[in-house]
Amino acid sequence: MRHVLSVLVNDQPRVLARVTTLLGPRNFNIESISVGESEVEGLSRMVIVTHGDEWAMEQVQKQLYKLVDVIKVNDLSDHPAVERELLLIKVGAGPTTRMEISGVVEPFRASVVDVGPNSMMVQATGERAKLDVLIELLRPYGIKEIARTGVTALSRSMAHASV
Amino acid sequence: MGQTATVLGGHTKSAESPETMYTGSEILLRCLIEEQVEILFGYPGGSVLPIYDSLYQGELRHMLARHEQGAIHAADGYARATGNPGVVIATSGPGATNLVTGIATAKMDSIPMVCITGNVPQQLMGTDAFQEADIMGITMPIVKHSYLVTDVRDLPRIVKEAFHIASTGRPGPVLIDIPKDVANAKDKFHYPEAVSIRGYQPTSNPHPLQLARLRKEIAEAKKPVILAGGGVVISGAEKELMEFAEQAQIPVITTLMGLGGFPGKHPLWLGMPGMHGTYAANHALLETDLLIGIGARFDDRVTMGRPDIFATKAKIVHIDIDPAEIGKNVDTFIPIVGDVKKVLQGAVNDDLLRSDCADWIDKVQGWYKSYPLQYQDSEEILKPQWVIRHLYETTGGDAIVTTDVGQHQMWVAQYFQFAQPRSLITSGGLGTMGFGFPAALGAQLGKQERTVISVIGDGGFQMTNQELAIASSANIPVKVVIINNQNLGMVRQWQEVFYKKRYCDVDLSGSPDFVKLTEAYGVKAWRATTKEEAIHAWAEALAHPGPAIVDFWVAPEENVFPMVAPGKGLDEMIMGDEEE
Repeated sequence: MRHVLSVLVNDQPRVLARVTTLLGPRNFNIESISVGESEVEGLSRMVIVTHGDEWAMEQVQKQLYKLVDVIKVNDLSDHPAVERELLLIKVGAGPTTRMEISGVVEPFRASVVDVGPNSMMVQATGERAKLDVLIELLRPYGIKEIARTGVTALSRSMAHASV
Repeated sequence: MGQTATVLGGHTKSAESPETMYTGSEILLRCLIEEQVEILFGYPGGSVLPIYDSLYQGELRHMLARHEQGAIHAADGYARATGNPGVVIATSGPGATNLVTGIATAKMDSIPMVCITGNVPQQLMGTDAFQEADIMGITMPIVKHSYLVTDVRDLPRIVKEAFHIASTGRPGPVLIDIPKDVANAKDKFHYPEAVSIRGYQPTSNPHPLQLARLRKEIAEAKKPVILAGGGVVISGAEKELMEFAEQAQIPVITTLMGLGGFPGKHPLWLGMPGMHGTYAANHALLETDLLIGIGARFDDRVTMGRPDIFATKAKIVHIDIDPAEIGKNVDTFIPIVGDVKKVLQGAVNDDLLRSDCADWIDKVQGWYKSYPLQYQDSEEILKPQWVIRHLYETTGGDAIVTTDVGQHQMWVAQYFQFAQPRSLITSGGLGTMGFGFPAALGAQLGKQERTVISVIGDGGFQMTNQELAIASSANIPVKVVIINNQNLGMVRQWQEVFYKKRYCDVDLSGSPDFVKLTEAYGVKAWRATTKEEAIHAWAEALAHPGPAIVDFWVAPEENVFPMVAPGKGLDEMIMGDEEE
């Protein structure tokens, strides 16, 4: 089963290496990992998307807690959570196709952030599956480059349960 | 701190003020003194020159090993014998990488260690500088924690934290990597009194609810058994374990790391379980309805890697200070996270717990008597089991015995009935050859009043025998017992049993004459090939005031029995050679 782990860590050099070193030998395939500052100064939030059964996830959480630099581990899959990813994609686009591409990305609430003579860059955010669909729709135009941030996520507050 | 002020760095007492400036290396040594470190093991080199220059004043005793692996195993042996963190120093690059096996050894057996490495100056780090290695990265999976000191002002806090992390909770090795420029930089010295680490708060007090559940299960159990591991020894809970077992009348099995945590002569003791365990211990595990694991991690040498057929009739209670151990290898009915000593104190605390299982105790004690460990003795050739038994009898079982890994290790575990904890010092988890001899030197330096015996194979001895130099120069009276079968015995045994006797690269011919080798270091040595020679040589070695070695030539084809093949059930014990 897919799990999204939110891990609060000390903002220290090598902390990412410590976490991935711990996951590697235990055969955890990391689908994505993203790190950034958290609401607390000196702490970063790491969002790890991985797969595993209940036993494996309990183990990985306990092992993560053994790292001195890990402060808190939450499995966001246990509760409603908002997951988002940012996608930048550069597609082939000449004067004839620009408008068409703009039309394709519009329902995704994506935006065109750069235009060149033969290409344009689209920025989109959302859940992973939505971005996958957008990529497929843009594929016929010729994909030149893709960059994705990986998933970041926060648990929903119960009082405001929808976006 | 005051009494050291006149010596370190040559400062006079009048210069000792909060404003006095010290180099990083002087600060490091002051921190070690604050931590009551008595002895360092190490090896100098370019990046630790400032540290060795500060050691010049002689305030701290330093043992110069002949290889960094020897130094770290010696520090480890010191830690295991005393319970205090072992401290080792190595230089950058090859010095640091030579520590790796020792760090992994300490990690697997939860040994408190502080490993100090020098590194190249920070401006050279990452440039593939001379003798540069990323030791933080290399050791990341095998340390409890590690630090790179980038600012001399952080050094006292880091050393304080390192000792705290190494020795609390589930102990383990902590690495401190100190670039040369930090060792040379200057600062005032102030050692922090308290330590506060946000992400590190080990649980030591057990949950009362789980203790209550344990008491209830004990009262209802018909066939309870205790599996006591290294956690009992680390926690210093031998008294509490005895009280618990006697009060509740529950038989006790001790793992390899737990040997000595419960007296080997106690009527409730059933021996060691697992691959080379006793019939009584393994059959108790097969039959038990309540298995109480205490500071044991149910590793694959106990469960044979088959949790699905391990103790299937039992509810498993697991007491451990490391929550990650609980549920890792076996399903747990009652998890109790806490320090073993505190858990057992809590368990025996109020209402008397007592199981009502006289029949069960009769049964397991019957097994212990009916199926004792045995071997075919010989008058023609020395049997290794006889040698271990002889060591046991001549020392009254009171010695500290160190081992490597392999046949000799198992024979020590089987035939030396340890009476007290911190007496068997063995590489249990990692199974490191070359560990035992340097570990014995460290153990002896930590416990000068005890007889320390390094039982070792002729293979393992050749991995670190260069440390005879320390034994000789510091006159450390360790007694080395070489169980010399001219083979890599345990590998040979596996090739015999599992690979149709296709013996490949286990013949150690070409090994030196160990008596001559030892004498070349100025250490006394004897050889024994018969019982008569063995009795005589061992008596002389034991009586000799300095280090001594006896090279026992034993039956080369002797195997360790009983034996359970990996992946088999504990009921599939091979009790002995068919030929015999």
